[in-house]
Amino acid sequence: MESIIEVQRLTKQFGHITAVDNLSFEVPKGSIFGFLGQNGAGKSTTIRMLMSLITPTSGEIQFFGMPLQEKRKLILKKIGAIIEKPDMYGYLSAYDNLKMFARLNGLNLTQSQLIHHLEQVGLAHRADNKVKTFSQGMKQRLGLAIALMHNPSLIVLDEPTNGLDPQGIADIRQLIMQLNTERQITIFLSSHLLSEIEQIATHILIIDKGKKVIADSAKALFNPADTIVEINTNNNNNALTHLQNSQWQHNLQQNRGPNIFLKMHYNQIPELNKFLFEHNIQLLLLQPRHSLEDYFLQVTSNIQ
Amino acid sequence: MLTLLQVELYKIFKRPRTYIAFIAIAALIGIIQLGLKLDGDAYVSFVMNNVEQSFVFQGNLLNGYLVCYIILQLLLVHVPLLIALVAADMVSGEANIGTLRLLLTQPVSRNEIILAKFLAAAIYTLLLLVWMAILALFVSMWLFGTDDLIIQKTRYLVQLSRNDVFWRYIGAFGFALLAMLTVAALGFLLSIFADNSIGPIVATISIIIFLTILSTMSIPIFQKIQPYLFTTHMVAWKEFFDLKVNADNAAINGTIQNKQQIIQSAGILILHIVVFIGVAMYAFKRKDILT
Repeated sequence: MESIIEVQRLTKQFGHITAVDNLSFEVPKGSIFGFLGQNGAGKSTTIRMLMSLITPTSGEIQFFGMPLQEKRKLILKKIGAIIEKPDMYGYLSAYDNLKMFARLNGLNLTQSQLIHHLEQVGLAHRADNKVKTFSQGMKQRLGLAIALMHNPSLIVLDEPTNGLDPQGIADIRQLIMQLNTERQITIFLSSHLLSEIEQIATHILIIDKGKKVIADSAKALFNPADTIVEINTNNNNNALTHLQNSQWQHNLQQNRGPNIFLKMHYNQIPELNKFLFEHNIQLLLLQPRHSLEDYFLQVTSNIQ
Repeated sequence: MLTLLQVELYKIFKRPRTYIAFIAIAALIGIIQLGLKLDGDAYVSFVMNNVEQSFVFQGNLLNGYLVCYIILQLLLVHVPLLIALVAADMVSGEANIGTLRLLLTQPVSRNEIILAKFLAAAIYTLLLLVWMAILALFVSMWLFGTDDLIIQKTRYLVQLSRNDVFWRYIGAFGFALLAMLTVAALGFLLSIFADNSIGPIVATISIIIFLTILSTMSIPIFQKIQPYLFTTHMVAWKEFFDLKVNADNAAINGTIQNKQQIIQSAGILILHIVVFIGVAMYAFKRKDILT
């Protein structure tokens, strides 16, 4: 599959601190690429290097098969981005902000075209209002309008749902999926929340302390054969004894606390439930998790 | 590049802060003109006190040209503070509100951004001086009329014929523009290294004050370094108001006594501007945007 972004051995050091460490990955064309990691894992530094806001200490970045360093302007013409907060010129109106960035992108848009772009993100009725009066969600939507108005092939979104209410988060999620499916735009999406990424990403990369932890297609990572099931019962010791003396003994995972963990295929869950019922064990909790979530939690709990 | 410049000018003139300098200059010039209108004769008499015993002055001594000269002497020292308000905010202000991030993800090069921003600051400086010229020169000419300009130098008096003054003001304002652009370039350079506006604005003003004091102190050790300080050369606009005399000690209209000094000072100021902006471009190209 053709790659939109190719990153090779990317490293960034701030003095003695290595924020990004020998990171390599590829973003396939047409994908929704989820870029995951805890706060401070090196996501923003990586994205800033991708957007040429930070100079890498070493490594190579290519977009559309072109080296970023040499073809920066040409590459940025094909990219829309919101890096962290969507900060705009607060003393200008939404319309003026949009018009200004359109001109910087070499677009000579008419008034109706600009209003149309604001309509797409639901801000046409606030076109003449100064951005300093906008909520975080409205700024986020204006940022999206700016990122989208030049019909980019790739959109880079760094923590796009930060500071949004649940409805705002749902709207952004829907918009991302719509852009990907209807306009075939590749999306590079960073987040520190797996729950935010797993619902929409086709590919996932997890980094920790600047290093790649795991990278694969979502389909491979969310393999139902690797489901982890966490159970809690009215008597965990008794339940554990029964499980150890049964066909489930090979599914048992290392003890990670008061609850019991088993690794199995997702389809085996009813069978496990039946087994516990037949041995008169009352279930208080039965929670399936795929391996990625388990892995992500392990990584994050190690950090904490 | 032209688009970028238009965008930068649009941003400057959409901000209320920009107009503080225009209002401040109008207020200061208005106060000086009002004071001189009400009690100007007493002021002139006080200034000319020690020469009035040797000379008899006829005509309109307190004319628009003299008023403009007084205003320039008083104000040109303080205009750098107003210029620093905008120039030292050009990059750091955007870093502070986070828009620098958005600006640098647009398909424009960092060098283009720096040049457009400096040109926008230069145009702002030019407009500020044009505004000052309108108020200080043209309004004063209208309020006080015109006549010969008599200026007291340290050791002698200069009398410039009324027909020989106006072009000197054009030259003086042109030179003042160069001096103020040097200040703008310094403020601009400092704004590259900061992520908020206050630091570079205060630093620019502090450097100007510090160097101005060094430039005017008559202590031998400081006098050795004075030719290398740009603040020493910022006052060379006064050279436009001195003229050559012939063998009979009669003034030669249309001449400048020390043209070489003006050229040399202008060269040094231009060199400072080039160095400041060159360093700013170099530093900005390597700057990691972390805000």
